[in-house]
Amino acid sequence: MIEFLRRIFGQRGSSATAKERLRLVLMTDHLELSPDMIETMKRDLVDVISRHVEVDRERIDVTFERQESTLAMLANIPILSVGRPSANGNGKHEGRAPSPDGSARTSKPKRVAAQTGPGAEGQAPPKRKRRRRKKSPPAPATAPAAG
Amino acid sequence: MSGRRIVVTSGKGGVGKTTTTANLGATLAKRGRRVVLIDADIGLRNLDLVLGLEKRIVFDLVEVAEGRCQLRQALIKDKRFESLAILPAAQTREKDAITPEQFAAIVEEASAHADYVLIDSPAGIEAGFRNAVAGAAEAIVVTTPEVSSIRDADRVVGKIAAGGKPIRLIVNRLRPEMVSSGEMLSVEDVCDVLAIELLGIVPEDEDVIDTTNRGEPIALREAGRLSAIYDKIARRLEGELVPFTTFDRQGLFNRLMGALKAG
Repeated sequence: MIEFLRRIFGQRGSSATAKERLRLVLMTDHLELSPDMIETMKRDLVDVISRHVEVDRERIDVTFERQESTLAMLANIPILSVGRPSANGNGKHEGRAPSPDGSARTSKPKRVAAQTGPGAEGQAPPKRKRRRRKKSPPAPATAPAAG
Repeated sequence: MSGRRIVVTSGKGGVGKTTTTANLGATLAKRGRRVVLIDADIGLRNLDLVLGLEKRIVFDLVEVAEGRCQLRQALIKDKRFESLAILPAAQTREKDAITPEQFAAIVEEASAHADYVLIDSPAGIEAGFRNAVAGAAEAIVVTTPEVSSIRDADRVVGKIAAGGKPIRLIVNRLRPEMVSSGEMLSVEDVCDVLAIELLGIVPEDEDVIDTTNRGEPIALREAGRLSAIYDKIARRLEGELVPFTTFDRQGLFNRLMGALKAG
């Protein structure tokens, strides 16, 4: 009976699930990230982070995860020590100070999530790969009322 | 002026490419257009069988490509429609027995004396599919309202669109009562996900099995509803603005009826 009422009053059956699953799987399909590209991204990402902290290059893990309406790239990058000593002589983006205790290495996995989602591609002409996968949510109202 | 070259493809097998090609071709011929249907599914030929022309094959696509015969010798004229002919695929050869260039040349030649050349593409996205697409200037993608079929359709849409060819969609084997009860993706859903122009909606109908059993195109069966549906698709293909039959309205009444039927 509940099932019956649910069917009548707006709640749809498995087709809604099908649509949502399709949206997400197509989003992944459209990314068309080759393993090579993922490897390059991983290296670039680590290079940037390494300017600030020392990371464990061997234990980096990059995965893609579907979230509600977007696809997230999850990078698990273990940090060996905060405040990486200036190894390449580029002091511009150096950490504030060397680690107070250089020998004690902290291994804190740090999660970096990069969202790739709707809106990022904008409303391009009707060309493939730039199609909007999902209606962009309306821009959040930002202007607060005068208080 | 040479005719339009249109590939009918889907990615996934079994969604109705051959049936669509056969019936759309027959419908166009019935409307007086000169139509050539080419079966590009080398090794798995079926277009001849669906149209009931399997006993009349003398030469095939590969023999034309290899220069063993002329295209006009290999074309089988359908006696039921004055202006319909098919070029059968080879049954005992491999998909790579013909190159995209050879295929494109044959399609080009066929289009010189036709208004429409419809190419029945094999399933998949490999050599056979590439051949079929190489010869075409436009594409019709056929999908059923199922996730696997839609995903594969999306894949071929991506591949064809990369070549800049216009693509239109036929949603095949729709079951309106399941759409009403929310158990099947609606045509709107499918179009929303695939984001390509809709050319036609074909409901699931027992007549398809019956007509293919007999090797008769649906266009011959005037009384059936599918004949009218293919006629609409043919007219849209010719540029006419034909409203779509609404099989799947989601009104409260329909939902109620759907729920009653399903529940």
